[in-house]
Amino acid sequence: MHEVLERYRPIVDEFDAFAAAVERPLGKTVRVNTIKADVERVRAAFEDAGIAAEPTAWNPELLAVETDGPGSTWPAFHGWIHSQEAVSTLPPIALDPQPGETIWDACAAPGSKTTQIAAMMDDEGRVVANDRNMGRLSALRFNAERLGVTNAIVTNRDARNYSLDPLAVDEFDRALVDAPCSGEGTLRKNPAALDSWSEGFLADVSGVQTDVLQRAIQATKSGGRVVYSTCTYAPEENEAVLDRVLDAEDCRIVDQELPIETRPGITEWDGTSFDPSVERAARIYPHLNDTGGFFVATLEVGA
Amino acid sequence: MSDDDLAENVSHRFDRLAPTDAERTVEGRPSRAAVLAWWEERFGIPPATFENHTFWEKGNGKLWVLAGEAADPSEVEAIGATVLRTRQEHWKPTTDAVQRFGHLATQNVIDLELAEAERFAAGEDQEIERWDGDWGYLIAAHELPREEGDDADGERAILGVGLYVHGELRSTVPKGRRRDL
Repeated sequence: MHEVLERYRPIVDEFDAFAAAVERPLGKTVRVNTIKADVERVRAAFEDAGIAAEPTAWNPELLAVETDGPGSTWPAFHGWIHSQEAVSTLPPIALDPQPGETIWDACAAPGSKTTQIAAMMDDEGRVVANDRNMGRLSALRFNAERLGVTNAIVTNRDARNYSLDPLAVDEFDRALVDAPCSGEGTLRKNPAALDSWSEGFLADVSGVQTDVLQRAIQATKSGGRVVYSTCTYAPEENEAVLDRVLDAEDCRIVDQELPIETRPGITEWDGTSFDPSVERAARIYPHLNDTGGFFVATLEVGA
Repeated sequence: MSDDDLAENVSHRFDRLAPTDAERTVEGRPSRAAVLAWWEERFGIPPATFENHTFWEKGNGKLWVLAGEAADPSEVEAIGATVLRTRQEHWKPTTDAVQRFGHLATQNVIDLELAEAERFAAGEDQEIERWDGDWGYLIAAHELPREEGDDADGERAILGVGLYVHGELRSTVPKGRRRDL
């Protein structure tokens, strides 16, 4: 196991199971793109190609596929599927976007969650998909067009001081902040994920995360929902960010219903205690559901 | 109004198509009505398909389709998806647009056998003598099973856009979308 993860021994129950799970490679999953196909048709096409594709127990539109190359199949060519890690489908599920609403995806590239949100909205209403990184934005555009998304507007700005002016949008119904992070939870698919890890990076990135989440809360209507997610275990990037935003903005963390086994957010780390409501956030460890590591919290604005 | 009286297209900005040819203000830019008529005349795709979509031009003849409205998308990178290129004699639909809307087509669809579909997806041109319909841009399709099981019926699945001339079907699948299947 990577030595960085030793710092989580005090907060992860069954640490040995955690450490063992992190070492195992991650199985391939694909999300069925319901804008262009349905689960039955995708499974039939995979079966025709001799590839096993079984729905996961907790998300019928997420198929576990027995191939290393789902991209070189007819369902992929037709834009019926998107290769997406299981935990990456959780933030849109927590966000629960509805057809016709206006949604902000603040850190959207390369677009897995943007396109999932668009599909959940039946490609109706508006997804404003933003990313600061122009290179990653081209991947988002490619994915959105391949998957047949027509309700997205793509912008290339700094989410921290995002302006709604040119969009014909006064405020968003919901917003997703799937924040840039240290990526500790992605070790199973990318063993080099922590090669450049440092405590200094945690401090820098948590500042960005806090600013983007604050902007998302300001830009979302009263009573609207904002989901904050990362693919890291570091409390500096998770509960500490929520704690700061609870102090600064008119919002609260609410209970969320996620379809997999999770652990509550932690209220103490490294001598600092956080607002008790951070317990309503969800920590997802690899050994709980055989996935990558993840963190999700749902906030309600102005309530 | 003749084209001589119209303003020139500004290539880096998204501009909404005028509803009809008579209401156009930019030289060479097609109207929404013309775009809807083209999809219907070429492929039999009903205009109602796009009743909740708006059409935009950015770049010379590059049209985009967006679900719903947008007030002033001048400073954005993309709105919806690219749909059609119009500043040439024959309008050319995009692979992404026909994969999204092409299942509604009733004409100018060429159904390919498996080996032909694989060559098409790889971006290869091929001789196909049996086609006796129109030349020009066609929607290429093949059959995939609709349900699991050995005796399941097939259903048309849209591959992309082919250019048919002189007995040859040229694949226009963009490099990034080509696959060796």
